[in-house]
Amino acid sequence: MSESHDDTTARSVSTVRETGPDAPGTAAGGTGRTGTDVQTRSAALPERFDNPGLPPHRPRMADTAVAAARRAERQVAFLFFLSIVGTVLTIVGYFAVPLRNDPESGRVLLSNILLGSGLFLTLFGIGTGAVHWAKTLMPDHEEIDERHQIEGTPQEQSEAVDILANGVEDSGIGRRPLIRNTLVGALALAPLPAVVLLKDTGPNPEGVLAETIWQAGTRLVTDPTGVPVRAADLSVGEVVHVQPEGIEESSHVLDEKAKAAVLLIRLEPNELAEESLAGAYAGIIAFSKICTHMGCPVALYEQQTHHLLCPCHQSTFDVTQNAAVIFGPGKRPLPQLPIDVDDDGYLVATAPFSEPVGPSYWEREQDKRRMTEES
Amino acid sequence: MNAVLRHRRHPLALVVLLLGALLVAGMAYAAVAPTGAQASEATGVDDIALGEELFLANCSTCHGTDGAGGYVNADGDAAGPSLIGVGAASVDFQVGTGRMPAQASGPQISKREPQFTLEETRAMAAYVASEFGPGPAIPDGEFLDPANGDVAEGAELFRVNCAMCHNFAGSGGALTRGKYAPNLRGVEPVHVYEAMVTGPQSMPVFSDDTLTPQQKNDIITYLDYVETEPSPGGLSLGSLGPVGDGLFIWVVGITGLIACAVWLGAKSS
Repeated sequence: MSESHDDTTARSVSTVRETGPDAPGTAAGGTGRTGTDVQTRSAALPERFDNPGLPPHRPRMADTAVAAARRAERQVAFLFFLSIVGTVLTIVGYFAVPLRNDPESGRVLLSNILLGSGLFLTLFGIGTGAVHWAKTLMPDHEEIDERHQIEGTPQEQSEAVDILANGVEDSGIGRRPLIRNTLVGALALAPLPAVVLLKDTGPNPEGVLAETIWQAGTRLVTDPTGVPVRAADLSVGEVVHVQPEGIEESSHVLDEKAKAAVLLIRLEPNELAEESLAGAYAGIIAFSKICTHMGCPVALYEQQTHHLLCPCHQSTFDVTQNAAVIFGPGKRPLPQLPIDVDDDGYLVATAPFSEPVGPSYWEREQDKRRMTEES
Repeated sequence: MNAVLRHRRHPLALVVLLLGALLVAGMAYAAVAPTGAQASEATGVDDIALGEELFLANCSTCHGTDGAGGYVNADGDAAGPSLIGVGAASVDFQVGTGRMPAQASGPQISKREPQFTLEETRAMAAYVASEFGPGPAIPDGEFLDPANGDVAEGAELFRVNCAMCHNFAGSGGALTRGKYAPNLRGVEPVHVYEAMVTGPQSMPVFSDDTLTPQQKNDIITYLDYVETEPSPGGLSLGSLGPVGDGLFIWVVGITGLIACAVWLGAKSS
């Protein structure tokens, strides 16, 4: 900043000032000068910079000393030899360490090390050897390939134009409007099948994203063992990962599980929020395990703080506030699955989820309205 | 020495120096790093009188002489958590892993060298269980032997119930606000079992009614398998998952590629 200020001052008084220790010729590239007239500097710049050309050729050690050349030759040969060793090591390793089904012996590890390092040496030896050879021993004269003119000569250009004009003339497209018009029509209509085909990518999935296989009366069974959960078996502070009974019989088990996974938690009943109580049983509460942000399983439950943490993007839900989002990118609370006990004391769902579980999707609001009307 | 000094301006001298320094630092760490192995022998001596003496001397400051949580301040917060109904398993876990007596208050009390012998720990456990109401008992040896469980069952149960916090290989992981799920390597089977039935600190409870003793044994077997199984890929890098592996390949792998690129572009001397 101070330098440009110096320049403007110099220009405003428009005098050629003494440049001190700096010679006028070096002022253009000099820094830290005390003050230089602009006129002087622009005059020092040439009208056009000449091509400085290549730097002077510097001979390599291998070019000047025979011993150095011999050494480089041995180095290249050594690298190629290393590649040969690697190839032998790979083949020997393959046959000497056959993979059998005995994971305890460390045989897989040994085989991996032999094959991996052998193949590494094979390829790396050839590559580095070739590059080292080219860099040290092959000729290194600088050569210049001038760029070709891209433009053709005027004669070539006029010939090309003639060929095109003759083609148009010969096709007779100007004289036969019927052909011309039908061709334009055919080209205009040709993309239409793509539009029709791409639009029809299958039936509208309707409620597939919104609905889970939870129904009123579905028992909560443990994941993955499928044992029904008795309310009396849960102690305070306990967590059980549950799924709906009968999920193993559904036609797409993993699809259903991705929506229907539920986390069952028991707290002291007075710790639950007012709005959670209707769907909870004696402090036992069930929330969808599918994060409302991106659909990861939210299962990191902290017993003392009652926080549920999603491991993917750290959305944090507070179980004592009906799973409200208290941190992170999650947009909505986790949907609650209303539960009760049946006559045998097992936990059952009293109704399906009242809203779509998991992350947002295009038709979510419509689905949610429909589900609210149905319930 | 002169032969070494002659090469000190060689382009590779810095690389050699760095590698040497890394090697020395690594060996020094390996020499002093704690190995975390500790042997314990079950004695079965439950001396309630000794337990009471130890409890009054070491625990009652925070937990109170009646075990209800000690001094309550004006906000209604007790000095320590109540021990009513926590049971012997909880005492054995907390004291046996050195978490209790607590070193300092903070987001989480971490594991350290146990401060009491097994005999003293069991005496305190017996005292707490008899004086402050019953709770989960210290599990007997039947379901603690890794040889008695099914690895595949244990692996599936671990992935559903434990892996989200403790990582797929039990390497541990972060929770909210400074809390964390600890690394499970080197943890005694009895402490693994006790942690599941008592739910220490942030960990929820996995009672014997919902996760049967045999299933807990399967999980112990899986943890033992993860710990003893040779890693077929070589360096496991702590089994931390994609973040640790990614950091390694970004630092070591890309540095190697850059070194190759620099060598490719450099002129021969």
